[in-house]
Amino acid sequence: MARISREERKRQIMDTALILFSREGFFEVTMADIAQELGMSVGNLYNYFTSKEALAKELILYISKLLGEEIRKINFKTISAREKIGEIVRFYFVTAKERPELIEYFLRIYLANREIFKNGCEGFLCVSPFVTEIMIFFEEGVRSGELRDQDFFSAFGLFMGYLGGMVFLMGEGMLPNEIDYYIEDISENIYQALKA
Amino acid sequence: MRTSTKPSKLSLLWLQGATCNGNTHSFLNYPHLEAVLERLEILYHPLLPSRYRIGELEEVEKCHILVVEGGVREGVKRGNREFKELLELFIEKAQWVLCVGSCAVYGGLFGERGVALKGEEPTPFYLPKVINIPGCPAHPDWIATTLWAVVEGRELIRDHLLRPKEIYGYTVHAGCPRNEYFEWKVDAREFGKREGCLFYELGCQAPYTRGNCNQILWNEVSSKTGVGMPCIGCTEPDFPQENLFSTKTYMGIPARFPLGVPKRAYLTMTGVAKSFKIERLERRLFEED
Repeated sequence: MARISREERKRQIMDTALILFSREGFFEVTMADIAQELGMSVGNLYNYFTSKEALAKELILYISKLLGEEIRKINFKTISAREKIGEIVRFYFVTAKERPELIEYFLRIYLANREIFKNGCEGFLCVSPFVTEIMIFFEEGVRSGELRDQDFFSAFGLFMGYLGGMVFLMGEGMLPNEIDYYIEDISENIYQALKA
Repeated sequence: MRTSTKPSKLSLLWLQGATCNGNTHSFLNYPHLEAVLERLEILYHPLLPSRYRIGELEEVEKCHILVVEGGVREGVKRGNREFKELLELFIEKAQWVLCVGSCAVYGGLFGERGVALKGEEPTPFYLPKVINIPGCPAHPDWIATTLWAVVEGRELIRDHLLRPKEIYGYTVHAGCPRNEYFEWKVDAREFGKREGCLFYELGCQAPYTRGNCNQILWNEVSSKTGVGMPCIGCTEPDFPQENLFSTKTYMGIPARFPLGVPKRAYLTMTGVAKSFKIERLERRLFEED
């Protein structure tokens, strides 16, 4: 088997940890569980992440970069803000469906357990790649005259709170339909709320 | 035995177009004005003792330095001549043309155009002999430094708007005593206070305006931003903009970013800075205030 790089190994560990956290719960899963799942020694795992807390912080940064990169691609497209909203909603819901562990970690672990992240992930520090792209989406929408100028957090809360709420309902098994069923209506609702 | 030779004087002719006279006043405030004037022969200046009167300028055959103050506009008369005619006549005759103040440089408040530029666009007088010294007004030191360089025969490297780089190579932000507040994104919400950065709320244009105001200071004492008044961007071609005392934002994000800083870089940096609360910068500098 070809040797994999340290970076690839780290990503493997993070992907595995995310699935375990999602399945068993963050506090139930130990570093030893993660090592066992990966077939590596606990000692070796600590070579990659010095503690579970350090792993937790890298995970949120990892997810934020992943989401940020996709929204960045949407931001670079020469399409209207309305179409961008549609694409962001679609991407977010499809990600939540295909890799629920990513969004769940964000909603259920990062947002719900701020004490784990208080040192080194203050404020927007660990979610900056994602939030920056959302800021740019809003800024460009207002600059072009398509979206209404308002306080950033009013708009951010409406957009991300809405999406987060739907994914949360999905996670609880409370949605009568698949999440992608709602993409069109929710995109339209968000656009109607934000348009100039 | 040492022989003392008097340094030679260069002749200077100061023409005013459409102007408020502000740059003349600024120049008269230069603390070492006498030393500069000792090296100049004033052919004509509207306020300083001069060899010629305004109606006699046709007798002037040549001048080393033409200083232009004010914008170029049809119908402005000086003596019995159109200002524009006199300007063209002496641009031809002068070795150096110094455009002093933003009106002479870009057109500014009063002019249809400046001498060598109309806003940022070159006019037919965009010539190697032109040195632009924008500002509203130009700082006394900028006028004197430029005159002194010409008198001494020292070359002034200029940017694409013909502004000397040693003055306009910096942004007004460089040297601002509020830089710590900018770095950590601590906003000022009132004018005239010692604390807080004026960029985020109060319209400060220092991060994208050229000039060394915060390095050489005004009246040798302070600067606009030093005393809690935003920089209003007076050295730039788009001066004056509207709403000088509030920052234009799009959903809370500044419409303009610091010079040369890409949007993503700026938002990433400020997002990081805003994630921390620096207690010292939240407090008054002087408890007695």
